[in-house]
Amino acid sequence: MSTPFYVSPQQAMADRAEYARKGIARGRSLVVLQYADGIVFVGENPSRALHKFSEIYDRIGFAAAGKYNEYENLRIGGVRYADLRGYTYDRADVTARGLANVYAQTLGTIFSSAGEKPYEVELVVAEVGETPEQDQIYRLPHDGSIVDEHGSVAVGGNAEQISSYLDQRHRDGMTLAEALHLAVQALSRDTNGSEREIPAERLEVAVLDRTRPQKRKFRRITGRQLVRLLEEGAPSSSDSASPGKGDSSE
Amino acid sequence: MDFLSEHQPELLPGRRSLPPVQGALEAPHGTTIVAVTFPGGVVLAGDRRATMGNVIAQRDIEKVFPADEYSAVGIAGTAGIAVEMVKLFQLELEHFEKVEGVQLSLEGKANRLSTMIRSNLGMAMQGLAVVPLFAGYDVDREKGRIFSYDVTGGRSEEHGFAATGSGSIFARGAMKKLYRDDLSENEATTLVVQALYDAADDDSATGGPDVARRIYPIVTVITEDGFRRLTEDESSEIARSVLERRLEQPDGPRAALL
Repeated sequence: MSTPFYVSPQQAMADRAEYARKGIARGRSLVVLQYADGIVFVGENPSRALHKFSEIYDRIGFAAAGKYNEYENLRIGGVRYADLRGYTYDRADVTARGLANVYAQTLGTIFSSAGEKPYEVELVVAEVGETPEQDQIYRLPHDGSIVDEHGSVAVGGNAEQISSYLDQRHRDGMTLAEALHLAVQALSRDTNGSEREIPAERLEVAVLDRTRPQKRKFRRITGRQLVRLLEEGAPSSSDSASPGKGDSSE
Repeated sequence: MDFLSEHQPELLPGRRSLPPVQGALEAPHGTTIVAVTFPGGVVLAGDRRATMGNVIAQRDIEKVFPADEYSAVGIAGTAGIAVEMVKLFQLELEHFEKVEGVQLSLEGKANRLSTMIRSNLGMAMQGLAVVPLFAGYDVDREKGRIFSYDVTGGRSEEHGFAATGSGSIFARGAMKKLYRDDLSENEATTLVVQALYDAADDDSATGGPDVARRIYPIVTVITEDGFRRLTEDESSEIARSVLERRLEQPDGPRAALL
């Protein structure tokens, strides 16, 4: 009577992946884009205090979609890893690749250990280089795999749709205002294809700016500066990026 | 620091067991640091000499470091340990800021440094003391503030000006006569260079401006715009103008008698 049901390993893993994916899909999407002078993080976030993006180290930023307590845990772990490494060796020895590896190990272990529930998070670790060619963006899905991304990446809710939208329109050497405008356009498309307006105060925006003179390149863009950038990006991009994008028909 | 002491305590200063030594250990020592507040900020400066006994160990050592965006530490005492302490202090402030999302208050930073100095007491008893000067811009109160320390970690806030290190007595004397509470930023930077000149004048362990080698004091300014270190040109400009006046008046500017 008490014999447990047999569940094949394939089935067990598929169930866990399904569970994690559903959890992530409940959260809002966020996008990470390369632009001429760095990398920009854009997401919809009504909270001013609970951030989705964070600084990990001088040139490394972190973005996460999914369950807050789980990614916050990973974020603090990452900050600790980076700070300890930089203190023990040198600031130059902290790299996004190393950090992404640590995250992949952690997520992978949790995903495949039978005792724990898988983390419902998807992470992006980005490092800004001296030139756009040296920029690195890694996407880390819930199961501990690493995907090396270029140009643009989206995670969270309807990530697939957003990233295909971005892939078509993102090009190298965009200005910050253009990249920001494109990101907001991508985020404001709903699953059913309709568009909605995301006001500036609901946006969380941060950049890794390689032109910043300080060694810490991470900077949040808020308030007036954000509004100005959004206005700046709007006209030029709407001409080139989305002619005839159907706000009338859709 | 808490995280380090839990996981890798050997990385922390003050946690190592010391071999018994006879007499004082010979290690490079840094000397004079001065700080002055002015309306809108604070100036922190240091000379460039490190000594080991009666030998000049280094002519161009850097003893003033930014702790974070709005504060800086100047170190006097055993150079090696002091530099490590500053490195750990910088790390802690940055770590706190990243994890919590906000900066520590200036008081909080000063207290943290106090604890770190106290943890070094064992080494200080063997002659490897570190006595820093901490200066920063208090974003809440909108003014520059200076904190001085003793070997045991005792912390006291200084009003107006402060000095630490072997030449501090002379520097403090100079600043006492020259300080006013309505100094401009330029006047404040000149004042610290004057004070360092006087310290170098009377203290053999403090280095004066070295025109031949182009080694000038490190002068840093912290205002609401954050930490800024004066460029080589700016500090040499100040040092040269001070030096020029001293050629006529070797003891520097005279204060009124009454």
